[in-house]
Amino acid sequence: GLGALALSVLPVGASAATVDELIAEFTGGAEMADTGVTLTAPEIAENGNTVPIEVSAENAAAIMVLATGNPTPPVGTFAFGPLAGARNASTRIRLAKSQEVIAIARLEDGTFARTSAEVKVTIGGCGG
Amino acid sequence: MADGVTPRVKVPKSAEAGEVITIKTLISHPMESGQRKDDDGNVIPRSIINRFTCDFNGENVIDVKMEPAMSTNPYFEFEAKVPEAGDFTFKWYDDDGSVYEETKSVAIG
Amino acid sequence: GNWARLAAQDKFDQDTLLEFETFGNVTLMHVTDIHAQLKPIYFREPSVNIGVGDNRGKVPHITGEEFRVRYGIGGGTPLDYALTYDDFVAQAQAYGKVGGLDRVSTVLNAIRADRPDALLLDGGDTWHGSMTCLKTEGQDMVNVMNALKPDAMTFHWEFTLGSERVQEIVEGLPFAALGQNIFDAEWDEPAELFKPYEFFERGGVKIAVIGQAFPYMPIANPGWMFPEYSFGIRDEHMQQMVDEVRAAGAELVVCLSHNGFDVDKKMAGIVNGIDVILSGHTHDALPEPVLVGQTHIIASGSNGKFVSRVDLDVRDGKMMGIRHKLIPIFSDLITPDAEITKLIDAQRAPYLDELTHVVGKSDALLYRRGNFNGTWDDLICDALLSEREAEIALSPGVRWGPSILPGQDITREDIFNVTAMTYPNAYRTEMTGEFLKVVLEDVGDNLFNPDPYYQQGGDMVRVGGMGFKMDIAKPQGQRISDMTLLSSGEPIDPQRSYVVAGWASVNEGTEGPPIWDVVESHIAKMGSVSQGAATPVKVVLPE
Ligand SMILES: [Mn+2]
Ligand SMILES: [Mn+2]
Repeated sequence: GLGALALSVLPVGASAATVDELIAEFTGGAEMADTGVTLTAPEIAENGNTVPIEVSAENAAAIMVLATGNPTPPVGTFAFGPLAGARNASTRIRLAKSQEVIAIARLEDGTFARTSAEVKVTIGGCGG
Repeated sequence: MADGVTPRVKVPKSAEAGEVITIKTLISHPMESGQRKDDDGNVIPRSIINRFTCDFNGENVIDVKMEPAMSTNPYFEFEAKVPEAGDFTFKWYDDDGSVYEETKSVAIG
Repeated sequence: GNWARLAAQDKFDQDTLLEFETFGNVTLMHVTDIHAQLKPIYFREPSVNIGVGDNRGKVPHITGEEFRVRYGIGGGTPLDYALTYDDFVAQAQAYGKVGGLDRVSTVLNAIRADRPDALLLDGGDTWHGSMTCLKTEGQDMVNVMNALKPDAMTFHWEFTLGSERVQEIVEGLPFAALGQNIFDAEWDEPAELFKPYEFFERGGVKIAVIGQAFPYMPIANPGWMFPEYSFGIRDEHMQQMVDEVRAAGAELVVCLSHNGFDVDKKMAGIVNGIDVILSGHTHDALPEPVLVGQTHIIASGSNGKFVSRVDLDVRDGKMMGIRHKLIPIFSDLITPDAEITKLIDAQRAPYLDELTHVVGKSDALLYRRGNFNGTWDDLICDALLSEREAEIALSPGVRWGPSILPGQDITREDIFNVTAMTYPNAYRTEMTGEFLKVVLEDVGDNLFNPDPYYQQGGDMVRVGGMGFKMDIAKPQGQRISDMTLLSSGEPIDPQRSYVVAGWASVNEGTEGPPIWDVVESHIAKMGSVSQGAATPVKVVLPE
């Protein structure tokens, strides 16, 4: 069926800190490697209100997730303690529309790594 | 305190010493983003869980800073090392100051 | 192959249809997307079926003459009638109706006479699509299918009965309900009700059948009706399952899939170790398997129109050969299985007066299948425009729904056959021109995204009262242009609000009369209907 009506899960609100500002705050402006962190997300979200994602990075001290297309981009930051069995975590997030989701890892050696995933949030189509 | 907040966790009852186990947690919570409006057009105030932690015998496993973009009924899955028998403590911190807590014991062997 | 030889024969009867040289040691029988069609119907195959990206011009994205040439089918032959759209009315009058589960039963029994332990696998979209299925919440189909004795099944529209009803039926099924990608939404773990796979021992061969339900259920259909479940393609989990069944000794791995054909092709290129994919959802009917790597993909049509027979030679833990036949169910040529006819009639008996109530008469060929508007949908859009007093009508691009020949009466059953669903409300709302474009772009991308994994599964939304141009090769947001309000001939104004009527919204709480009442009222007023006003959709094909 055509899910024509409920388009966005979060209305566009006052502009908060931009994605660039949030990254700069997290990294202190340091360079980011483009390998070393993985972000797993579905190609198409079944439901923009609850999109499963998984982040992982070997030797990560913390991983920050940003939803670039949400009215407020911050999603969460996962800090790993001494008893973390692996530096990975899964959760579910809200995406207001189709967009790029970014994950940035701060590694134990103080360096940073960045990755992103494109997630499509559809308003629905029709089945065959 | 938000109504009907119920934490649930899945932790194996036992493990080998030093084993890495998978933990899953869920907590029923509306995670009101502070961006929605009610039928009269008034903004519904933000009310979310803003932090989640898991510790084992006082040592940290994971500490998550949570924003309004986390879904309703926040869910986490992660891995923890179990060096000895003891207790996992899970804490969810609500905007309103409430802290919801759950404990699970793990035996060795 | 088989069919070229067959087409050259004058004789065409039940024996010719069933002619098959039994091969190897395993036989699979595949039916899919029956959409609750118990009785014979007419079903016109699509004239427009555009492939995008790597699938441009590839099977199953060919129609008409191209299709005949590709498979060596002569024009005007029975197979031409069964598999293409051209000259449909004349051929339908010559060859008659297709399908009917009592005829399907005869075919299955004939195959079982050759190979008593043949496996019958149902690809889903079975408990949906007719008045009796809707009114009995799928029970009529469950009763009749159980009598055909399937060995396993997977799912799509079944879930629109609601998870409680699905659970009630599945718990009582005398065969395996499969879906390796049906997960518990809360804990992200395989749902307990559905097994990922089932083992069968046939002809001394250990066979694993892995189920793959429709991956985009909560996108294409109302997720609020089955909130406990999450789907997705989950090809990594599929690989795990294949490895698991191989490790457990499976010599033949069959995937019973409701992915849709292009998604199956992509999955076959990613997951190693599947011998045969029995493909469903996109309603394609192919006379030959399509080979991707070592995986043979079989497409068996829809609406009870075909049964696929697949004979396999499996030796030393390996598939060594395949012989396949897509058997069209010509209702007038195949003797119905009297017991099943009786059972079908028993399901229909309580509703017979309603089913046979004549609403009007058709002067046109009414069909649905095709990427853009079909004449049935044009008529439905006209009904929405007039009965709901709207400027623009939207009708979902579903692939099910039999055809009506010119001169045929339109009964209430016929209307339900193209509209029956559990969320039928014909809404009336306002949308801005800008939002209408977003809707068309969104649905268009779900159909024409070059990556099959982004194709969630329907044909293009049918539009009434508004024309548009669609450039298929462009990315989302740039495909749709020249949107024109037909009543005024003026371009759609992004800022203006338009009164829009539609049906099959996936949103909970959608209000309005059921679509079948809207369509019936429209047809009753017209008495005899010519096809609805065809919407001018100018399609720009990829290079
Ligand atoms: Mn179908
Ligand atoms: Mn389907």
